[in-house]
Formats: sequence, C-alpha cells, structure tokens
Amino acid sequence: MKLRSLAAVMAATVVLPLAAAQATDLEVTHWWTSGGEAAAVAELAKAFDATGNKWIDGAIAGSGGTARPIMVSRITGGDPMAATQFNHGRQAEELVEAGLMRDLTDVATRENWKEIVKPSSLLDSCTIDGKIYCAPVNIHSWQWLWLSNAAFEKAGVAVPKNWDEFVAAAPALEAAGIVPLAVGGQPWQAAGAFDVLMVAIAGKDTFYKVFKDKDAEAAAGPEIAKVFKAADDARRMSKGTNVQDWNQATNLVITGKAGGQIMGDWAQGEFALAGQIAGKDYTCLPGLGVNEIISTGGDAFYFPVLKDEEKSKVQDVLAATLLAPETQVAFNLKKGSLPVRGDVDLAAANDCMKKGLEILAAGNVIEGTDQLLSADSQKQKEDLFSEFFANPSMTPEDAQKRFADIIASAD
Amino acid sequence: MRGEFAYAMTRPERERQRFAPIDIKEETLMTSQADAGRPSRLLRNLSAKIASIPMMLTAVVIFLGGTLWTVVYSFTNSKLLPRLSYVGLDQYERLWAAPRWVVSIQNLAIYGFFTLVFSLVMGFVLAALMDQKIRFENTFRTIFLYPFALSFIVTGLVWQWILNPEFGIQSVVRSLGFTGFTFDPLYDSDIVIYGILIAGLWQGTGLVMCLLLAGLRGIDEDIWKAARVDGIPVWRTYLFIVIPMMRPVFITTLVIIASGIVRVYDLVVAQTSGGPGIASEVPAKYVYDYMFQAQNLGQGFAASTMMLVTVAIIIVPWAYLEFGGRRRG
Repeated sequence: MKLRSLAAVMAATVVLPLAAAQATDLEVTHWWTSGGEAAAVAELAKAFDATGNKWIDGAIAGSGGTARPIMVSRITGGDPMAATQFNHGRQAEELVEAGLMRDLTDVATRENWKEIVKPSSLLDSCTIDGKIYCAPVNIHSWQWLWLSNAAFEKAGVAVPKNWDEFVAAAPALEAAGIVPLAVGGQPWQAAGAFDVLMVAIAGKDTFYKVFKDKDAEAAAGPEIAKVFKAADDARRMSKGTNVQDWNQATNLVITGKAGGQIMGDWAQGEFALAGQIAGKDYTCLPGLGVNEIISTGGDAFYFPVLKDEEKSKVQDVLAATLLAPETQVAFNLKKGSLPVRGDVDLAAANDCMKKGLEILAAGNVIEGTDQLLSADSQKQKEDLFSEFFANPSMTPEDAQKRFADIIASAD
Repeated sequence: MRGEFAYAMTRPERERQRFAPIDIKEETLMTSQADAGRPSRLLRNLSAKIASIPMMLTAVVIFLGGTLWTVVYSFTNSKLLPRLSYVGLDQYERLWAAPRWVVSIQNLAIYGFFTLVFSLVMGFVLAALMDQKIRFENTFRTIFLYPFALSFIVTGLVWQWILNPEFGIQSVVRSLGFTGFTFDPLYDSDIVIYGILIAGLWQGTGLVMCLLLAGLRGIDEDIWKAARVDGIPVWRTYLFIVIPMMRPVFITTLVIIASGIVRVYDLVVAQTSGGPGIASEVPAKYVYDYMFQAQNLGQGFAASTMMLVTVAIIIVPWAYLEFGGRRRG
C-alpha cells in the first residue's frame, strides 16, 4: 500500500503542473511494431495522454536496423522528433556529443532517477560527461532459450533443461520434421545468438575480456573456440528455418514447427499475445540453462533538442511519465521486459519474468553488447555471423579468426 | 513519311539533337576559340541557355560537388557525423579486406553481366516479334511493359512469395504430385543471386522491348524492301542491317540498363535483405548499411567511391572512343 501511495504522489507531481498548460503534441518514434510490442507502446501512449498531452505515434517498421538510420537522419537533418527510442548504449553517443540531444539532468534529479533506476549501469549508459541524456524504459536481456513443449512432446523427448540436452534432443526433433532451432534471417539475430552462447558457455569473465577490454588474444583463444563449436551446433540445428523476422521465428516455436529459439525476452510478448502460458505451453531457460546471467541492455528514450519551448517543457513531462511506476508496470508486462526500477510490484508477472527478476535481484547481470561495442563493430559482427549461420562450408576456425580480427579493430 | 524524315537527317545531326547539353558546351568552346567577329554564336538561343542554367547549376553543385565531398570524406575516419580527420587509405584497406564487400562485387558482376545479356536479347527478340504486325499489339505491349510500372520493392516482394518454397512454385509443383521437387533459389547461397536476377529481368525486359521496338519502327521500310529484293533472309537482315542501324537506340538502352544494374538495392532488400547470410549482398547495400546502420560514414563513402571508380573505369574508355573519335574526325 505504501508503494501505491508513493506512486500516486509521483504521478501527481507529473500531472499537476500540466493541468494548467494546454495539450501539446509530441511525436515519438520507435521500432516497436510486432503485436506484443505495439500493445506495450500503447500503454506508454495512454500514460502520456493522461497527462493532458498527446502522443503522436511514429512507429517505423522493420526493426532497429531500418529505423535508426531514419531517426538519425531526421535529427541530423534538422527535423527532429520530440522523442525517440534507441537501445541505450552507444547508438546515440555521437548525436549527444554533437549537442543534438536534450540534457535531462534536471528531470533526473527531480525524479531521483539515480536512486530508483536499478541496475545503475542503465543510467550510466545514458550519462555522458556527468549529464543524463536518456530515459531508460526497460531492461531487455538476450540470454533466453524459448522451447516449445508441444514440439518436444511430438518428438517424444523430454523438454531439455539446458543447452547440451537441447543439442542432444535435436536429432529426435529433426526426425519428427521439426526444425530444432529457429534462427531468423536478419543479421542481428545470428550475432545475438552467438553473444548468448558466449555468456552461457565461456562465462562472464571471458565475455568482458572480449567485448569490454577488446582482448583479441582472448577472442582467438580456446574458451571462444568452445563457443564457436556450440555455434556450429546451432548452425546445424537451425538449417531450414527459412524466415526473416524474429517474430516469425518465434511464431515457429509458438506453433510447434520449431523446437526452440535463442531470443531476447521480447519474444515473451509474442507468446503472451498468442495466449500461451509459460511452463505449460512453452519453457524458458535463462542463460540457456547453463549460466544464469542476463544482460541488461534495453530501450531508452532520447529527447532531441527542439526549438519550440512549449514542446521542450513537455519533453520533461514525457521523460518523467516513462519512468513513473504505473507506466513501468503496465508497459513491461505487455512487453515482456523487466522494469528499470527495483521498487515496483510485478505481481502479475509470469514465470519467466519472475525468473528474470530473481536473477536481476541476485545481481547476476552483465552489460549488453550494444553498451560495450560501437555500432560499427556490431555491424561487422552481424556480417560475420549471418554469413556463418547461412554458409555451412565456413569452418568454426575460420570464423573465429575473423571474429578475433573484428575484436582487434573494435572501438 | 516518318521514316523518310528520320533518314533525311545525317547521323551526327540526330545525335546532336539527342545530346543537346553536350552541344551547348561544345558551342561555347567553339565560340571562345572562334574569331571575335561572330558574337552571335554565344547569344544564339539565349533564352534556351538561360533556361538550362538551373539544371547546369544542379549538375555542378549537387552532382559534382556532392561527389567530390564524398571522395574527400572517404579518406577520413568519420563515424556518425562527417569529420575532417584524415586517415589515408585505411577505409579502403578495410573495405577490400571485408568478405562482404568482395561478395557484393562478385554478385554485382554476375547480376550485371546476365542482366545486360538477357534483357537485351530477350528485349530484342520480343521487340522483333512485336514488329511482325501482329494483332493486339497494343495489348501485348501493355502486358510486357506492365511490370516496369511496379517499383522494385513491389517486384521484389512479389517474387519473394513466388520463390518461397512453402507458398510459391515449389509448393505448387509439389501439390501436383512431384513431391521431390525442390526450387528455392532465395534460400540457397549458391544460386540466390539468380533468384534476384529473375525478378530484375521480369521487371526490366518490358522497357528494353519498348525502347528497341521504337528503334525498329525508326528503320525505313525501304531498307526492308531492298533486303527482300536482294533475297536476304529476315534473320540476316535483322542481324547485319537493322541492328547496326539501331546503334544509337542500343546505346541509350545500354546506359539505362547499366545504371539500373549499378544501383540495384531495393530489389535485394525486398527479396532477401542480402541473405542467406551475405550471399546476395550488393555494393549499394553495403554503402547504405555502413553509412547508417554501422554509423561509419567513412567506410560507406569509401565503398561508394569504389562504385564510382568502377563505373568510371567502364565509362571513360567507352566515352573516349564514342565521342573523342568523332571530334577528331
């Protein structure tokens, strides 16, 4: 109850100053277009409209890779939107350095973001030279293996509890005409799956050594060789997926045409939308059931500098609204992601989200690759892994060599 | 009558009409060299020259200026925003070391070669067939040209569905009873570029046909009569008399096809987004992806400069032979 009243007070501080002001339209761009995502973003819009302003939805279809260039060119081209989604981390770094993004430090201090945002690395990713430039809205972790219970039942094997069991079950799935592992054709999916395998198999230290310290020797070493071996298994198991988008791949798991998928917790929104129940219809294995660590990347909203003063003021309101407790709960339940504040009540969370919250509470977290690597290095990695997954004649050794080269030149 | 008129003009005259902007440059050149006693040359068609100033400015400032800007910045390490800090040839070294770029160039070569050959051959054969005074010519012409009215994105999506193994040709043939039938070019790294080629040809051949048909109609009837009197078979008339006479039309067509090849991008995005893996990547897509997705302008500029150089390597010797030779003579 204490929490509720606190929430009410916080909401009031947001709403009251605006009751007097007239409604202002803010255009918000994002790339949340799949069914579950659209439902989640509607919650944000509802919360913002409740402050007496108007959320003009600027959804850009086709995932971040398509949307980000459009957003960046609008901002650099002098036609900025009022707020825009980025993955927090380094995607908007240069825009901030060029002075195109609004400094949110005032709002952050007023709303006490430093205290409430957990883990604090989220806010660190928004901070450049001591100033805060973005509002984190959720935590997305990549390290999940989603399994279709129906598919394993059909193949006559038990639902695996970790990656090795899953690999062992692959032949049975294939015999039943099921693709063991769904990997969509978009390059980021293959690269992401590899990062997940790396955390699960090589562990946190190696992960940091490679991606944070950019240690090319470690990237060429035996630990990573094991990861490439696993990626080779994954490649074999993913043969015949033949879909592009991640949600189409998730849909293969939902319909039992594929055994599983390595995908971030945003996949959960799709399962929820299809009316499936965690534990009964599908199983989730954080950290592939091997190493229960999750990364804490996610989405954040950036607010470009606007000429219109009225709108600039309302940008602050939107920033505060995004982190308000009720917004956080409503949004993240629909999205399948975890809230950025540790003090909200997620009683309605399902089994998988609860697992995620536990891991988060235990502090078994790492930074996401978006936070550690520049977009340039990420893209090179995507090129490598999309080739690796599509081309069975590329040996794991060759791929590792190229991977080490990328890490050596990474910034 | 129409044929006679076309024939009454000498070839250089007709070409001069076609290449009007070049003509202006030539004229100014000639005037400056000519004696000062004839200022009227410069002032002739003054209003036409004034009217073309905006286009000339656009060409110089936007095309030429933009090109130079791109080349200059390709030697910098610009990331998301352009920055003048030079790194020499680093971007180019990285570019040619990137497997994806090499695959892109190979794909463009394959796509370019086959598009050129097939669209010219198929376009000409269709045009020649249409030229046989067939019935419903208008209807056929519309049908063949219709794909050209669709954008590459739509074309790509349509062919993505047609070539999709679960919904397209493969599934139709399998449902007829041939269960072993496999046809999934878009999901096979080795042949994916041919899947894109099919869509490109489907879209572009109609236009080539129309251009060549127009060229065929420009051939004087008397030539045909003379060939028939001499007893030359129809195919030889086409091959050795008509085609050489259609040279200007072929050159125009070639330029249109070639520019379509170099900039191929949307077709690939719609059909495969470069996949499977990087098997159907093309240079234009590399440029876009690295400029915007990877936020590495320097790399993107280096790649686009390489595209320009490639085009220049092909165009310059040809232009020299085509225009340089004539000026001497």
